[in-house]
Amino acid sequence: MVPLEYYLILSGIIFTIGVSGVVISRNIIIVFMSIELMLNAANLALISFARQFADPSGHVFVFIVMAVAAAEAAVGLAIIIALFRNKDSINLDDFNVMKW
Amino acid sequence: MEYVIFFASAFVAIICALLVISQKNPVASVIYLIMAFVAQAILYIQLSALFVAILQIVVYAGAIMVLFLFVIMLLNLRRDDFGPEKHPLQSWLTRIFGIVLVAELMIMISRGVGQSESMDRAGAEFGNVEQVATTLFTKYVFPFELTSILLIVAIIGAVVLGKRRAEEEEG
Repeated sequence: MVPLEYYLILSGIIFTIGVSGVVISRNIIIVFMSIELMLNAANLALISFARQFADPSGHVFVFIVMAVAAAEAAVGLAIIIALFRNKDSINLDDFNVMKW
Repeated sequence: MEYVIFFASAFVAIICALLVISQKNPVASVIYLIMAFVAQAILYIQLSALFVAILQIVVYAGAIMVLFLFVIMLLNLRRDDFGPEKHPLQSWLTRIFGIVLVAELMIMISRGVGQSESMDRAGAEFGNVEQVATTLFTKYVFPFELTSILLIVAIIGAVVLGKRRAEEEEG
């Protein structure tokens, strides 16, 4: 059996890649996908802990995280479409109206 | 054998995650993200979370990613919309911050390795649909109902945001 740490390390690495994607990328769609990556890394950690403690609550949490991710994707993509309609761009540097 | 499957899936997941954030074209990013999700689904099966693994493929790699592709198609991007080259200082700063993040992660990892007990406590029927459903509909039935309200709010929000205004339709 692969020990718990290995799964947690993998989860941490994927989460870090997601954070870097949010920080580095200027493309709003790729920033959005990085958020999905982070949610998935959290899911992996939840599943590993559920297995470690033999408790199916972790699976229920993952189920709810997936529902939240679906809701977030629907609303976020609608926001992206609204932004693109106003500014004709998906580059984050163009959305600086509220930047002082 | 378990280690071979774990390291193969982990390798695919990490490489695909890196490719997701390094592509210029969002369509290629979506495809790599689907591959990363499938690799994670394999890990879920290995952790005997069969129901969640199927959900991962059907809901995540299927529905949500198709929504992404659909929106990218709807935006109808030109090649110059993928953004100009970054300022060189900005590009170096991002690399430095990325390295710092990974270094912090490695420090935390090096303190934790070898401290967990074995994962053999789970029984054979752990993680099947029946067990997950029993937990979901007894202990967590209220959060489950709240999820439906959240989804309705999200649907209404998406429709309101995606709707064209009346004056735009006339023009």
